[in-house]
Amino acid sequence: MKAIKTTGLVLFIIGFGIFIGSFFIESYVVTENLLQNRVGDKAELVKRNSDVVGKTFSNSFSLVRDLDEAFNAVNKVQLDAFGITDKEVNKIAVQNEGSFEISSLDQVFDDSETGTYKKKTFRDYGGWLDGREFGSKEEMQQQIANVANNIKLYQIVNEKGFDKYKVKDLKYSLTKASSTGLVSGSPGLFLFLTYIVCIVGALLYILPKIKDAPPGIKNNGLFHKAMTSVGWLGILTGTFLILFYIILYFYPEYMTSWIITVDPVSQFLKGSDAGRFFLYGFIYTLCILVMGVRMIIKYRHSKYQMVRTMSVMFFQTAFAFLIPEILLKLNQPYFDFKNIWPLDYDFFFDNELNTLMANGGLGIFMLGWGIALIILGVPVFVYFFGKRWYCSWVCGCGGLAETLGDPYRQLSDKSVKAWKIERWMIHAVLAFAVVMTGGVLYTYWTGSSQILGVSSYDVRSVYGAWIGAGFAGVVGTGFYPIMGNRVWCRFGCPLAAYLGLVQRFKSRFRITTNGGQCISCGNCSTYCEMGIDVRWYAQRGQNIVRSSCVGCGVCSSVCPRGVLNLEVKDEEGRFGKPILLGNDGVKLQS
Amino acid sequence: MSHVVIIGNGISGVTAARHIRKNSDYEITIISAETDHFWSRTALMYIYMGHMKFEHTKPYEDWFWKKNKINLVNDYVEKINTQEKSLELIKKGEFSYDQLILATGAKPNKFGWPGQDLKGVSGMVSYQDLRYIEKYTKGIERGVIVGGGLIGVELAEMLRSKDIDVTFLVREKKFWNNVLPHQDACIISNHIKEHHVDLRLGSELKEILPDENGRVKAVVTSEGDEIPCQFVGLTAGVQPNIDLAKASGIETGRGILVNEYLETSVKDVYSVGDCAERREPLPNRRPIEQVWYTGRMMGETVAQTITENKTAYRPGNWFNSAKFFDIEYQTYGWVWNQLKDNEKEFYWEHESGKKCMHFIFDRETKLFLGVNTFGIRLRHECFDKWLTEKRDIFHVLENLRKANFDPEFFNRHEQQIAEAFNKQYPDNTIKLKGKKSLLEAIFG
Ligand SMILES: Cc1cc2nc3c(=O)[nH]c(=O)nc-3n(C[C@H](O)[C@H](O)[C@H](O)COP(=O)(O)OP(=O)(O)OC[C@H]3O[C@@H](n4cnc5c(N)ncnc54)[C@H](O)[C@@H]3O)c2cc1C
Ligand code: SF4
Repeated sequence: MKAIKTTGLVLFIIGFGIFIGSFFIESYVVTENLLQNRVGDKAELVKRNSDVVGKTFSNSFSLVRDLDEAFNAVNKVQLDAFGITDKEVNKIAVQNEGSFEISSLDQVFDDSETGTYKKKTFRDYGGWLDGREFGSKEEMQQQIANVANNIKLYQIVNEKGFDKYKVKDLKYSLTKASSTGLVSGSPGLFLFLTYIVCIVGALLYILPKIKDAPPGIKNNGLFHKAMTSVGWLGILTGTFLILFYIILYFYPEYMTSWIITVDPVSQFLKGSDAGRFFLYGFIYTLCILVMGVRMIIKYRHSKYQMVRTMSVMFFQTAFAFLIPEILLKLNQPYFDFKNIWPLDYDFFFDNELNTLMANGGLGIFMLGWGIALIILGVPVFVYFFGKRWYCSWVCGCGGLAETLGDPYRQLSDKSVKAWKIERWMIHAVLAFAVVMTGGVLYTYWTGSSQILGVSSYDVRSVYGAWIGAGFAGVVGTGFYPIMGNRVWCRFGCPLAAYLGLVQRFKSRFRITTNGGQCISCGNCSTYCEMGIDVRWYAQRGQNIVRSSCVGCGVCSSVCPRGVLNLEVKDEEGRFGKPILLGNDGVKLQS
Repeated sequence: MSHVVIIGNGISGVTAARHIRKNSDYEITIISAETDHFWSRTALMYIYMGHMKFEHTKPYEDWFWKKNKINLVNDYVEKINTQEKSLELIKKGEFSYDQLILATGAKPNKFGWPGQDLKGVSGMVSYQDLRYIEKYTKGIERGVIVGGGLIGVELAEMLRSKDIDVTFLVREKKFWNNVLPHQDACIISNHIKEHHVDLRLGSELKEILPDENGRVKAVVTSEGDEIPCQFVGLTAGVQPNIDLAKASGIETGRGILVNEYLETSVKDVYSVGDCAERREPLPNRRPIEQVWYTGRMMGETVAQTITENKTAYRPGNWFNSAKFFDIEYQTYGWVWNQLKDNEKEFYWEHESGKKCMHFIFDRETKLFLGVNTFGIRLRHECFDKWLTEKRDIFHVLENLRKANFDPEFFNRHEQQIAEAFNKQYPDNTIKLKGKKSLLEAIFG
């Protein structure tokens, strides 16, 4: 048994090593053809102003740096050529006395290509100056300079050069397409050497645990192991996860060899190459499946845990991963039927709405389905089953937390202080999500992006970067080995906040405490991933009714005295009923 | 304002303090020599096994005491001057009180075995014991555990969790047979063996042998077997800590003697928990009850009396629970290891050999008297009610579905249990009430 486990571990480390190695081993050549293909007629400019084309780069870092430089160089050349110079600003100002006449431009600019361009763009950006009176020469000059500057910023870079979005895009797509070497040469091989080897290794390590001991709670050594007690291995793992997320969300151009590795899977599923979120979904699903197997083995004495784990494995694989890809293949909009706003924070974004509405019956159905989940699904199901129906049975974030994150559940902070912070934070995120979405819809319906002087586009991109990527991804998963597996669900998820409000105030769900049987051992609190101090209630014979409880049922599983049970019953008696502690002499009220 | 001093920060002392605080603004001080803060010694095993850290076993966060104005003093009380109403503490010297609660707990029994004080020999009650056991079992090959009670089996699980071989010397014919009926004891004995414990039933400790450094190297059993080992755990029960009371002129027997109000022989001195002994035990109950729940209830009760609501200690129906490796055990009412003359039993065992229920009822009146359950959780509330309402065995079995406390999706056995009962008692067949669970309905 031990030998099999060791083999598994070694295989896993090899696979993982190759995965990390593949990040570094590609070289990159941007051919003329490729450049032409991606940037069209601007290719010439790039070629003229840099030497990226045809050069071999030994790693993505130097390629990306050179690409950055190349695009900057082009932008500079174009700005010099098409931008209105300080001298010209001066000249324009000199032409005008007291009030500004747009026709004065003819005196300054000739009819050459650049002259015409400058005239045209000034008319576009500064037409409103025509006929305006200015108090002083300086004032007028200032306005003209502003116009010239805006043209540089918003027009020339965009039209004649490369704006920052395009740069980001190009860096990624050029890196991916220019990749040459072992990985891009045989992605299938690498798919095998990384994922298959890792999966086989992990399973060889996990499966023999069935024989370790009879079924039952075995959290042996969790607080002695470096991986599960914030030791060096845990911190290393956390660091890796954090870096992974940062690269994924903010610097995908560096992870192209990882994406290339899963191209064959993507081709198989939807007939096109993978993007970064395909890679993410693929790894995510594998983690849930493999670690789900581990979870099932670990809790094989508890049918509740087994069924629940199979449920998250199913929903991730089918709903989050396969169905959306298959929809794409069928030329339908990408749609995850189990994702609910406000967790799915871009559900009401204009581009999403437009896509759904442009897709006929199915698109409209999807839109209706999504809205129905928000206004009916959440309250009705939470009323009957508690918030767990979503958080620990269906949700993808929950699914990862309950499988990959299970070894870290004991690291959540149980202090009352943490609880206070949690309540502030999660409700603040909910408010932010609602306000952001409100703004987005306002813009959608009125077409005006400014609300109280703030652009709804800015708000939504701040939300996307800080909450959607930063909090949910980088912090939410990266901190598993440091703060437990539900950091996002507990402190950040706006949907959890909404589900929680319903659970707290209108639900049949509670954790029942079994009379006076609690021995205050603390297992329940320790293993509560949401940081609920379950024991606080249990040792007084009180039921546990907390908005944050995701109903994972682990408190009930680890309790050595059979004290806790997740139940749905009449709302009556959830709170405050006289409690039974077995002492007939003293009547205690909860 | 009255100053209540409590010696011992275990469950009974702390519960008393909490309830005195709820009912009054008396000054409250808890003096204890073991740890700064209340911790749950029931979780001792989990610290050793790495399921929890010591911090996790504290039922209240450290700020709790200050916020509730409960003074904590880490010191050892050497003497009580009941005349002057003052204490002598080792570090702090003299300390006065108006009312005193002795909640000094218990310590491991040692029966004068040769070698019982060698290095590597330990009982398992205190925080210090825990650290000692951790130190002396590091990297060892075999430990011997003496005495087959609840603490012994916990120690066995602890050592097995670190792959240490365990020999378990148990005097009884089956594990815990002095408390459990034969069938139940068999189930547990088998399960202990399933965990690769060398369980020696009917075997006692004769002697512990030292090596040249004064550390245990082997034990000799009553049969004369010599078992090499590097650690010996003494878990043959506990005895009340009465030295302090005895030295201070408070009447003691095996424990500190108290009346129904938990008052000792000296005015304004009370005693609760593991150290207290009832002069007149309640019907069916032992004079000394050393379990968590009774300690808690005595604490709740004495707090009433001290805050001028004189209350007799009147625990409700007996209940208890434990866990033997993976098998959970609960009991409600009275199940003795031997049937009494007026008693009859109904025993059901699941085919896995890991679950069973053992019902006791009155031969004549069919009154339900108690149940042991292994591997299936039962609802305290239901059984407490049925016992109080003096229901008969038929009522209990017919309503068994209601009493199930297992998590959703667990296999349900009420149907089988009812059928087994009807087979055994064909003259008194019962019909199960309540709805089948959805899964039962589908899968039978
Ligand atoms: C390993 C283990 C597992 C157990 N598991 C269970 C279980 O599952 N279920 C159950 O019902 N019961 C269980 N018990 C029994 C239960 O823990 C005890 O009944 C309970 O802790 C008794 O509480 P207490 O407050 O009376 O005393 P204690 O908890 O023993 O507290 C007494 C305190 O007083 C201190 N003290 C004593 N004398 C002095 C002095 N002179 N000066 C200062 N301080 C002093 C001691 O150091 C100690 O800290 C278990 C016991 C052990 C050891
Ligand atoms: S795990 Fe069970 S016995 Fe332990 S503190 Fe929690 S409810 Fe009480």
